[in-house]
Amino acid sequence: MAKQIVKMNLNGQEIEQLVDSRTLLVHFLREQMNLTGAHIGCETSHCGACTVDIDGESVKACTHLAVQCDGCEVKTVEGLADGGILHAVQEAFYEEHGLQCGYCTPGMLMTSYRFLQNNPNPTEDEIRVGLSGNLCRCTGYQNIVKAVKSAAVKLQQKESATA
Amino acid sequence: MNAPVKTPEERKAELQGMGDSRLRKEDARFIQGKGQYCDDIKLPGMLHMDIVRSPVAHGRIKKINKDPAMAIPGVHAVLTADDLKPLNLHWMPTLAGDVAAVLADEKVHFQMQEVAIVIADDRYIAADAVEAVEVEYEELSVVIDPYKALEPDAPVLREDLAGKTEGAHGPRDHHNHIFTWEAGDKSAADDAFANAPVTVSQHMHYPRVHPCPLETCGCVASFDPVKGELTTWMTSQAPHVVRTVVSMLSGVPESKVRIISPDIGGGFGNKVGVYPGYVCAIVSSIVLGRPVKWSEDRMENISTTAFARDYHMDGHLAATEDGKILGLKVDVVADHGAFDACADPTKFPAGLFHICSGSYDIPAAHCSVKGVYTNKAPGGVAYRCSFRVTEAVYLIERMVDVLAQKLDMDKAEIRRKNFIRKEQFPYTSAFGFEYDSGDYHTALEKVLDAVDYDALRAEQEQKRSDPNCPTLMGIGLVTFTEIVGAGPSKICDILGVGMFDSCEIRIHPTGSAIARMGTITQGQGHQTTYAQIIASELGIPSEVIQVEEGDTSTAPYGLGTYGSRSTPVAGAAIAMAARKIHAKAKKIAAHLLEVAEGDLDWEIDRFKVRGNDEQFKTMADIAWAAYNQPPEGLEPGLEAVHYYDPPNFTYPFGIYLCVVDIDKGTGESSIRRFYALDDCGTRINPMIIDGQIHGGLTEGFAVAMGQQMPFDEQGNLMGNTLMDYFLPTAVETPTWETDYTVTPSPHHPIGAKGVAESPHVGSIPTFTSAVVDAFSHLGVTHIDMPHTAYRIWKKLKEEGVQL
Repeated sequence: MAKQIVKMNLNGQEIEQLVDSRTLLVHFLREQMNLTGAHIGCETSHCGACTVDIDGESVKACTHLAVQCDGCEVKTVEGLADGGILHAVQEAFYEEHGLQCGYCTPGMLMTSYRFLQNNPNPTEDEIRVGLSGNLCRCTGYQNIVKAVKSAAVKLQQKESATA
Repeated sequence: MNAPVKTPEERKAELQGMGDSRLRKEDARFIQGKGQYCDDIKLPGMLHMDIVRSPVAHGRIKKINKDPAMAIPGVHAVLTADDLKPLNLHWMPTLAGDVAAVLADEKVHFQMQEVAIVIADDRYIAADAVEAVEVEYEELSVVIDPYKALEPDAPVLREDLAGKTEGAHGPRDHHNHIFTWEAGDKSAADDAFANAPVTVSQHMHYPRVHPCPLETCGCVASFDPVKGELTTWMTSQAPHVVRTVVSMLSGVPESKVRIISPDIGGGFGNKVGVYPGYVCAIVSSIVLGRPVKWSEDRMENISTTAFARDYHMDGHLAATEDGKILGLKVDVVADHGAFDACADPTKFPAGLFHICSGSYDIPAAHCSVKGVYTNKAPGGVAYRCSFRVTEAVYLIERMVDVLAQKLDMDKAEIRRKNFIRKEQFPYTSAFGFEYDSGDYHTALEKVLDAVDYDALRAEQEQKRSDPNCPTLMGIGLVTFTEIVGAGPSKICDILGVGMFDSCEIRIHPTGSAIARMGTITQGQGHQTTYAQIIASELGIPSEVIQVEEGDTSTAPYGLGTYGSRSTPVAGAAIAMAARKIHAKAKKIAAHLLEVAEGDLDWEIDRFKVRGNDEQFKTMADIAWAAYNQPPEGLEPGLEAVHYYDPPNFTYPFGIYLCVVDIDKGTGESSIRRFYALDDCGTRINPMIIDGQIHGGLTEGFAVAMGQQMPFDEQGNLMGNTLMDYFLPTAVETPTWETDYTVTPSPHHPIGAKGVAESPHVGSIPTFTSAVVDAFSHLGVTHIDMPHTAYRIWKKLKEEGVQL
C-alpha cells in the first residue's frame, strides 16, 4: 500500500507519521499512536464510540482516513484533561453516573465537549439532539443528559470566575 | 491535640457501605480513555484473524480455493474445517448438549456461517485475504419458519444427526426437532380448563432480537510454545467456564490455560457463549506460535453471535366469571437456529420459562416448549434477563390483559384479585418454584397512586369520546416477578459445573483489602458495589477495598455474570467470606482486649467490650495484629474464601406503568410517562440501581418498539447493521421515573435479590400492554412486537381509525 507522511497536531503535540493511505483515523490513533480511548462499535458512523475532535468539529474516526487529517488539529479523549485536571464534562459524567461499561464514554465526552462550546446553555431537548449521533446501550441516556447539563453549569462558573 | 471523636453515624458514613450512593470506582479510567478492552490489547508479534463467511443460508461447500489469499503478502495462513479435522476441532460441544461447527464441515447451515479463517500481519491484509478466498456452494432449500421446519417433507438441516432419535433433552420425533420440554401438571391444567366458566387463548410471537452491546466480541490468544501455556484475553461474561471448555477442547491442562476478561463494553448475554471466532483464534495461536487477535465487526456480531428470544407462544387461561384465574397452559415453538447453542443451565433446555405463572396464585399450570432447527445462526441467549424469563413474563402479562379484556375488568383490578398475597410467601407455584418473598399489593397501590391511575383512565375515556382527538391514548400495566440468581447446584449446572459463585478476601496488615470474585462486571459497577458489601460487613472503608474479577489465574472459580446472578450468588459469597474473616477477627480482638469473645459487641468498624465504649479494637487494629501477634493456636493472616451454593433463586418483582399517545395519522407513538417501581430486596447502591434501571428500561424500549432480526425466504438477514437494527438514541429514549419498595430475600445473606435485568424483563410487556390498550376499545387484544410506526400505522388502517 502507498504510504504517505501525515503531519498533525494531536492532543497539543505536533506529530509526523508515515501511514498507509487507506488507514482509517480510528486505527491510526489506536494502533499506531496507542491512543485506545476512541473505540470501534459499528464502523459505519452510527454509534459514535470513535468520536474525536478535528479542527473544532466532532468527527467519527471510524469513517475518516488518517491522511485526511494532514495539517489538522486533532483532540482525543486522552487530550481532554488539562495537566491532570479533569475537564468539566469528565467530572460531570463521573458525578452524575453518566457511564456504565465505559465503551461509549470517550465518544460521548468528545461530543459533549464540542457541543457545549457551540451551545453553552442548552435545554434538555437540545442536549438529546446534540448527543443523537452517539449510542449508549447501558445508561438510557438519562444520567448522560444530566451530566451534560451539569458540565454546562461548571463551564459557565469557570468562565465567570476567570472573567 | 487529639482528633475529635467521631460519632457512630460519621464512622458509618465514612465506610460508604451498603445503601450509600457511592460514586463509581471504575469511572476514573473510563473517562480518561484508559479502560482496557479486548481490542486495546496489543502484543509483540501479534497477528490478526478474520473470517470467511457463507453468503448462503443452506448449501454444500463444493470447493475452497485458498491460493489467491495465500498469495497476498502478509498472509500467514488460511484454515478450513479440513485443517481443523486432524485436531478434532472442526466441531465443538455447545452449552445445550448439541454440537456446533467451528468451521463449516462440508455444509453451511446459516448465512454468515464461519467457513474459513485467514491470519495476516494486520487487520487490513486479513480483510483483503477474506475477499480473496474463493468458495463454491451448491445451494439447498432453506427453512426459516420453525413451523414449516416441522413439516414431514421439510429439508433435512442437520445431516450429522441422521438417525438420532434421542437428543440431549429426550426423544426427537422429526429431523428438525431438537427437544420437547414440559413442566407443570398437564392433567390438572386440563381439568381446570374443562370446568372453567371462562377461557381465553392468544397466539403471540416474541421476535428474534440481538443483545448488541456497543463492544462486539473478540479475543487475543497467545500461546507460549516454550512453556506450553495459553493466555487469552476474551470478551467473556464467564471466563472460568471458558477456561474449562478451552482446556477440554485443546487438551492443554486447565492449569496452563489463563482466560482474562478485561474491561467489557457491555454484554447483555451476547458474551456468555463460546464462539467459533474464539476457538479459531486460539487454534491459530497454537499452530503459529504467535499471538492472534480476532475482533468481530458489527455485521458479524448481529448476524452470528447470540440471538435471543424467537418464541412462538400460544397462551391459554381458564378463569371464573369474576376474574379469578384457575389454570394456565402454554405451548411454545422455539426457533433455535442451526445448532442448539442456547445458554441455559444443562437441565433446562427452555431455561426458567416455567416462571410463566408470574405474580399470580394459579392453582394448575402446564407448559410445553418445542425446540426446532432452522437455517439461522445459533444462540438463544438471555438478553439482559434470566434464562427465558423475559419470554415467560411477556406471556403471562399479555394473557392477564387478554383475560381482563374478555371479562371487561380493569387490568389493575384483575391483578389485585390474582396476586400471590404477602402472607402466602414462601409460595410454591404450580410449576414448583418456591418464591422467596414479595408484597405485590403494596407496590401496585404505590404506583397507581403515584400516577393517579383513575385520572389517567378518565382522560382516556374522554379522549376516546372525542372524534377530533388526534391521538389514541394507551395505558400499559405490568406486575412482574423474575427468577434470578441461578442457581442451586442440585438443579443448576453448566456443562456439569454447579452454578455456585465465589469470593476470596484478603485483609492486608494495614487494614486495606483485596477481594476477588468469579464474576465479571460489564458495566454493572462490581468494583464499587462489591466493596460496599465488604465495607458494611467488616468495617473497612470501601475506598481501600480493591475488587478484581475476570482473571482465571487470580480469581476463584465462578460461573460468571449473566442472569442477574452477580449480587444473588457472588454477592452472597462476598458476605459469607467476610463473615469468616469477621469470626476470626473477633478471636483476635478478644485476645487483644483480654476478654472472652462473648464479652464483645460489633459496632460498625470495631469490636467493643460490652458496657465500655472506651475499650475497643478497630478492624484496622485487628488486621495489624493478625500479621503481628495472633493469639496462640490461631494461624496468622486474615483472609477467607467462600464458595456460595444458593439454597434457592431470588424473586425480584416490579410494577411498571406506561402511558403512550399514538398519532392516528402516522402511527408514531410517544411515551408520555413510564413509571417503574422495582423491589430488588436490600439495596446496595441506589445510584447504581437507578442507572441499571434506566439502562434496562431503554433496552426494553428498544426491543418492544423496534428491534427485530427479519429474514427473507432465502435466509438473508435483512437487518444486521446499526442502520437497520434499532438502538435508540437520546432523542427517542423516554424519560424514566423510578421508585422502589424493599422486600428482602429471606434466604440471601444480605437480603439482596438482583436488579439489573428487571427493567428489561418488565418493561417490554408494559410497552405492548400500552400499545394494545390504545386499541382495546376497538376489540384488539394483542399486537405483536416490534411496535414500529409503520406496523402501528398498518394496524390503524386495519381497524379503520380515522384522523
